[in-house]
Amino acid sequence: MERRPLSFYVLAVFFGLFVLFLYGPILTIGILSFQGPQGGLTFPMNGVSLHWFRDLFQEQAVGDIWGAFRRSFALGLMVMLTTVVVSVMAGLAFRKRFWGSGLVFYAAITSLVIPSILISLGVGLIFNQLGFKVHWATSGFGSQLTWTLPFGLLIMFAVFNRFDKSYEEAARDQGATAWQTLRYVVLPIIAPSLIGVALFGFTLSYDEFARTLLTAGSYNTLPLEIFGMTTNVTTPVIYALGTLTTAFSFAIIAAFLLGVWIMGKRRARLGSDAGKGV
Amino acid sequence: MQVKNRHIVGWLEAAPLAVVLLGFLIAPIVMIVIVSFWGATEFSIYPAFQFDNYEFLFGSPVTYRVFGATLKYAFITWALTLAIGFTVAYFLAFHVRSLTMQIALFLVCTIPFWTSNIIRMISWIPFLGRNGIANQTLISWGVIDEPLEWLLYSDFSVILAFVHLYTLFMVVPIFNTMMRIDKSLLEAARDNGASGFQTLVHVIIPLTKPGIMIGTIFVVTLVMGDFITVRFMSGSQRANVGRLISNDIGLLQYPSAAATAVVLLCTVLIVIAILLRFVNIRKEL
Repeated sequence: MERRPLSFYVLAVFFGLFVLFLYGPILTIGILSFQGPQGGLTFPMNGVSLHWFRDLFQEQAVGDIWGAFRRSFALGLMVMLTTVVVSVMAGLAFRKRFWGSGLVFYAAITSLVIPSILISLGVGLIFNQLGFKVHWATSGFGSQLTWTLPFGLLIMFAVFNRFDKSYEEAARDQGATAWQTLRYVVLPIIAPSLIGVALFGFTLSYDEFARTLLTAGSYNTLPLEIFGMTTNVTTPVIYALGTLTTAFSFAIIAAFLLGVWIMGKRRARLGSDAGKGV
Repeated sequence: MQVKNRHIVGWLEAAPLAVVLLGFLIAPIVMIVIVSFWGATEFSIYPAFQFDNYEFLFGSPVTYRVFGATLKYAFITWALTLAIGFTVAYFLAFHVRSLTMQIALFLVCTIPFWTSNIIRMISWIPFLGRNGIANQTLISWGVIDEPLEWLLYSDFSVILAFVHLYTLFMVVPIFNTMMRIDKSLLEAARDNGASGFQTLVHVIIPLTKPGIMIGTIFVVTLVMGDFITVRFMSGSQRANVGRLISNDIGLLQYPSAAATAVVLLCTVLIVIAILLRFVNIRKEL
């Protein structure tokens, strides 16, 4: 193998520092959340304890954390399912280059780049003027979709740009209906990417803040609850909560990535070697 | 018949997406535009068609200052995220040799994107505070005698948080375009006697431009539309347009908030229209 140039080592150090920059702060609050009962918001550690985690479980101490978590989790699942289904359908539609597809595409891009507070404000105003109550499962749900769907759509574009059409043609030649082709050929091939779309759908919803702010109503989602805490909680309990919810996010991400990996392995094992030659 | 069919099926499949965008993107924008002409009392808003909100907005020196600050944040963050993002993507695409390693390191860069922005902001507090890690370290090294006051709740901390949150929006598209550069082009450059630096400037950067543009669109729009990072990281001591809007909302002055929102949206769309001249997004995915 070729010797590595000096630039490799310089860039590797740069990359290392970047990763430290990305993860350093979150590791710090991870450590600080184990502060002793007398400990403050920064180092030095004043003993080591689970005091602040215990505080989280006493409901009166910090508001309705667990209710907020349940709502965020439920909303995340709703947004995830909707994002996957709607993105796949839209992805299939865009392959047909239907009349007006450019318009829908630009609307989706607008949805991605529009300042989030406009969605929050606009949806809030509409519900207000129509006399509906804003609720996380209605207005909050719709507002979050404006953030997750464009990502899902972009992933579907990337997937279908690389999709080999001859699989579909083969299915059709053998007499499969349009639905059979979709169900038994297209969907299984794009399945790993759908896990990716689901990951975006769930995590982006679970952490969404700006678009949910004015559209969640009287029951907060977890990010809103956490933001509320930043203004009036001055103890490491907020680090404990941050650590827990980040650990939860990491677990979710790991589960999704593991899913993709297992699917890939399974595919490699069960795949036919037809056409690969002898 | 076949052709007509394609359009109908296409629309049916795109319908759910179109409905969501219509109800939660287009309608809210229309609503904001309408309400921006309404009037407001201290407690309620009433339908009207008046230009008071815009007159007040454009007549106030605060507006120009705040828009200036917003553009300043966007520009500085853009420059920093581009420099860092390009370097990281360059390392991943051209210096890491095995695909598995590339994917693994790429995931390391993207995972924070799937965690909470608010927690990532909070996590800077123990670093930047008056008695935070940065000050303690600098004092123990003898670099400074007094704790630096401008680390937290300043422009510095706001931009630091922006860079922290949004650099991966640069890394991902730039890495994506770099991975598609035909490696034989680099060999050709080297065979013709180009130095590493010349290859970078004359081959890699021009071919990476679409990725840079997509990253730029993400970063610029995210920073321009932000209100929460500025509020949190500046301890409410700095303002940008997003905060102007959210303050009005807090005071129930929806028409005034809507007028500011319309102007912000126009500004963002103009910036994007300029950037889109340089790239065809659909081709680049």
